[in-house]
Amino acid sequence: MMKRLCIGLVCILMAAGVVSAAPEDDRQAFVNYFQKRFPNVGADAWVNGVYALDKASYEQWVQIEEFPPYELALGEGEELFNTPFANGKTYADCFPNGGVGIRQTYPYFDTGLGEVVTLELAINNCRVKNGEEPLGYKKGKIAALSGYMAYTSRGKVFDIEIPDDPRAMAAYENGKKFYYSKRGQLNFSCADCHVTNAGMQVRADKLSPALGHPTHFPVYRSKWGAMGTLHRRFDGCNKQVRAKPLPAQGDEYRNLEYFMTYMSNGLEVNGPGARK
Amino acid sequence: MSRFVTAALAGVILSLAGGLLATGTAMGADDAMAKGRELAFDRKKGNCLACHMIADGDLPGNLGPPLIAMKARYPDKAALRAQIWDSTVSNPRTTMPPFGKHGILSDEEIDLVTEYIYSL
Ligand code: HEC
Ligand code: HEC
Repeated sequence: MMKRLCIGLVCILMAAGVVSAAPEDDRQAFVNYFQKRFPNVGADAWVNGVYALDKASYEQWVQIEEFPPYELALGEGEELFNTPFANGKTYADCFPNGGVGIRQTYPYFDTGLGEVVTLELAINNCRVKNGEEPLGYKKGKIAALSGYMAYTSRGKVFDIEIPDDPRAMAAYENGKKFYYSKRGQLNFSCADCHVTNAGMQVRADKLSPALGHPTHFPVYRSKWGAMGTLHRRFDGCNKQVRAKPLPAQGDEYRNLEYFMTYMSNGLEVNGPGARK
Repeated sequence: MSRFVTAALAGVILSLAGGLLATGTAMGADDAMAKGRELAFDRKKGNCLACHMIADGDLPGNLGPPLIAMKARYPDKAALRAQIWDSTVSNPRTTMPPFGKHGILSDEEIDLVTEYIYSL
């Protein structure tokens, strides 16, 4: 496929390993890998995380979803979302479509700012622009707000774009490199657990597939007894391998989220989610 | 601190940690085996069970092969120790942590784990 598509100089560079595959080729390969490996998982079921791979825990989870543990946070998020700032403006003023039904377009590469903007970063940018203090990035109000915004977007399909800008491509490549690089004293990459060993057991935990990972965030996690953002989860996974967690919403994590969410293009938003 | 007190303290710590009768002299073969098993199972140490089925260990993971018939697979004990010390030598992409190279276990701890795994 790649071979047939390449022409002239690009061919030579690719053969020399200089140009990496286009993101869309990466995504196709990613999806094919998981579908081949788990032929019984439906194309739209990846959003269910580890529950897509295990019938018994899937059924327990469906029961949990009947009285969702994130319901309280949804109410809080809705109220926060609709409460005007001191200057009278609201979140709705900062976002396209009044902030409703837009989760599937985050994160995006902002060509003006020259960086990846996640939904949580956009929420805080909105606050600061309107004279409010930024919120903490891992839990509490920020998770309630982004959870509510995800909820209004349920069923929409992720559509992350990489604009024709070398900085956007570099952000994507950085995120991808992070995903496949070994780190920490225990020497694991994200892909070691969620690609190569997806579906395997680490003691009592079954490892979820990377495909669909960001779709349900933020998430209510029983282990936390609360909501948390995707970057909070990154911290947990980095600590497991004894790597130093990086700052939430720093460049590295935002680029990582950009890569991961691009891989999940075409899947539905189903946040906020509930997980063990 | 006098040598006596140090030795006594070390003994107490060891027996608290491992329930062993540490006498301050070299460990007996049985003690070494017990200590090796404990290190292999301890989540904060070897945590080999996270990835390998091992004899009577509870809730083993399955990222790696079951650790059985080790003498048949590793006639040379030093090769087994080397695999545990730095698994990336035989496979740079392995998910098995390089226990010695990254200082996850000390050299002495790796000796003990090797003794135990070799017995399986
Ligand atoms: C040593 C294994 C390991 C490594 C390495 C690891 N994770 Fe995880 N990860 C887990 C386990 C275990 C869970 C909880 C069970 C599950 O959903 O897979 C988890 C869960 C997650 C989840 C939540 C899935 C959901 O459905 O809610 C995300 C997202 C995630 N990991 C991303 C990452 C990223 C990004 C990296 C690298 C920075 C990483 N993980 C590295 C073991 C790992
Ligand atoms: C996170 C996963 C993981 C952990 C923890 C782990 N291993 Fe492994 N181990 C593997 C994998 C995967 C292999 C397969 C070989 C490879 O990847 O190169 C392996 C291979 C081995 C082998 C070679 C077996 C053979 O016959 O080829 C030995 C011996 C071994 N491990 C011992 C240990 C010991 C002892 C510990 C704990 C001190 C341990 N492992 C911890 C994942 C792990």
